[in-house]
Amino acid sequence: MKKTVAEYHIDYLQILDPDGNVQGELPAFARYPHELINLYQRMTLTRVFDTKAINLQRTGKLGTYASSLGHEAAHVGMGSAMHEKDVFAPMYREYGAQFCRGVKMSDVLMYWGGDERGNNFAGPRQDFPWCVPIATQCLHAAGAAMAMKLRGEKRCAVASIGDGGTSEGAFYEALNLAGAQQLPVVFVVVNNKWAISVPLHLQTAAKTLAQKAIAAGIPGIQVDGNDVIAMRATMEAALERARNGGGPALVEAVTYRLSDHTTADDATRYRPQEEVDEAWKVEPLERTRSYLISIGSWDDGKEQALLADCARQVDEAVNEYLATDRMPVTAMFDHMYEELPEAMQDQRETAIRYDRSGGHH
Amino acid sequence: MPGIALIEGVTMALAHELSHDESVVVLGEDVGVNGGVFRATAGLQQRFGKERVMDTPLAEGMIAGMSVGMAAQGMRPVAEMQFMGFIYPAVDQMISHAGRLRHRTRGRLSCPMVLRAPYGGGIHAPEHHSESTEALFAHIPGVRVVIPSSPARAYGLLLAAIRDPDPVVFLEPKRIYRLVKQEVEDDGVALPLDVCYILREGDDVTVVTWGAMTHETLKAASELESDGINCEVIDLATISPLDIETILESVEKTGRLVIVHEAARTCGVGAEIAAQVAEQALYDLEAPIQRVTGYDTVMPLFRLEMEYLPSVARIKDAVKVTLEE
Repeated sequence: MKKTVAEYHIDYLQILDPDGNVQGELPAFARYPHELINLYQRMTLTRVFDTKAINLQRTGKLGTYASSLGHEAAHVGMGSAMHEKDVFAPMYREYGAQFCRGVKMSDVLMYWGGDERGNNFAGPRQDFPWCVPIATQCLHAAGAAMAMKLRGEKRCAVASIGDGGTSEGAFYEALNLAGAQQLPVVFVVVNNKWAISVPLHLQTAAKTLAQKAIAAGIPGIQVDGNDVIAMRATMEAALERARNGGGPALVEAVTYRLSDHTTADDATRYRPQEEVDEAWKVEPLERTRSYLISIGSWDDGKEQALLADCARQVDEAVNEYLATDRMPVTAMFDHMYEELPEAMQDQRETAIRYDRSGGHH
Repeated sequence: MPGIALIEGVTMALAHELSHDESVVVLGEDVGVNGGVFRATAGLQQRFGKERVMDTPLAEGMIAGMSVGMAAQGMRPVAEMQFMGFIYPAVDQMISHAGRLRHRTRGRLSCPMVLRAPYGGGIHAPEHHSESTEALFAHIPGVRVVIPSSPARAYGLLLAAIRDPDPVVFLEPKRIYRLVKQEVEDDGVALPLDVCYILREGDDVTVVTWGAMTHETLKAASELESDGINCEVIDLATISPLDIETILESVEKTGRLVIVHEAARTCGVGAEIAAQVAEQALYDLEAPIQRVTGYDTVMPLFRLEMEYLPSVARIKDAVKVTLEE
């Protein structure tokens, strides 16, 4: 005897199409123009910030920087759906989500400017710092969710990862744990099609990344990651479910990396320009603006005012970053342990003695 | 003949072995079309095809484990870890399998693989891109750890590593990837593993180092010469197994030993060298051994990284300490 013992399907959600037309029914929050304007403002700020950060790197005022260009809807959709008490475990380019959570633009600049103080977020004190070792943050989010579950808290954790990251063992381990323990955690795979130079088809033969949830026994959904309304609605539902004991979920946000991987990368070596040009036609900001204009909530004057305001905010952050002196050499030893072991005191003294700045930072 | 940089020595060795040995395969993240994030594999996929220069999915444990499997089948995989900071998922495969496959099968299977990784600080890189953790690998039985410090040694030692019948972790000091150029003939002649290289002869103090620190050490030695102090500078080159004989011979002559490494101090490779010299040549020593190392702290982000890395001044002072009465 042979029979089918399980069948699965993957849903795809798009609400705002690339031309700014609404497909189907708007979710509740999106019926309030001010909510959508807020999301659009956040996406715009993220893009203005990103452009400035790249300029800073090009002029030698910032280290290597990972651009978020094109990911604004996915990131803002995810960050704006989170509650303050939730916990975010990002990778390293989700600025749009992090700004929603109170991470400062100057924090981002400090981090990519080679200063640990960038990881000491003033806003979300329990969020994890940026995570460069790929996919490892998924397990931290699952662990944070385990703590929430054990304490009976109505909170949840969110881990964000890229398409390339789904090849790592840590991703599957986290998904499996979350399913087995029904943890309050949501994994967001921001599928931007490229892991540096490796396209998705060399990463996996799977038709979607959302389906990676199936083997872990948790729901997975694919969303148009350039549609901020669909992203926000999907995340809100998944987070609310998780907070209320409904268990984990996986959200695949389909988007595109419009930039190089980082400023140290040159994507023209491996990626056809035509593909990038096509991706620009479906990028997230324009469709949101078109929709806002179509419902009479936006116009050119508002757009110009917004851009000016974003530029002012970004300039303030840049000035704050540029005015921050290097930490003293002793900072290497601060926070290594709660209290520096006696055995390390002489190394600290050596560092002071050989301070290349001569004590002037 | 135009000179080549250290990284081009790597590329040239890979190309040479791909040309001459069909069992050699290069694999890793972004090593194909992109030619590696540092360009170490530039042009190799175009020249040798996608089956011999392979872009893999993004998973370091998978890359190392797959290399063990291929090597056990008689191939010679040369796997790239994009940065040493991402190598740790591969440690499981190296310690649990690569280093012991020959031993536990009583020679039935072996593991002739190379795991390459750029390592070390000083290039203004993001977090997790600047550490030196060669000691972790030196502690793994059955695995060789090799670090070149010049274009010629990058070429000759990598050829030797690929041809070696056992697993080799080949760490490339990325700060000096393009620092100096040197004429290197693509003659397929390997340099010997398991031996030190004497970079500069001297009678007063033996200074042992490796990787990018050879440059600070040679600079210190050259500055000390004007103070009338002659350093013998030894490039360890093979970190494990250690060629202690060359070091002992030098210490017998100088009576003084300074060890310089960029990695953290505690349980660094310097500790092993000091222990072996203490065991075998204590009575040759005329002064306590000095270590100039990174600190036992997290490698700081780049605003402070040059404070972490041993400086020429620190090396010179350590040499002088050994000469004090």
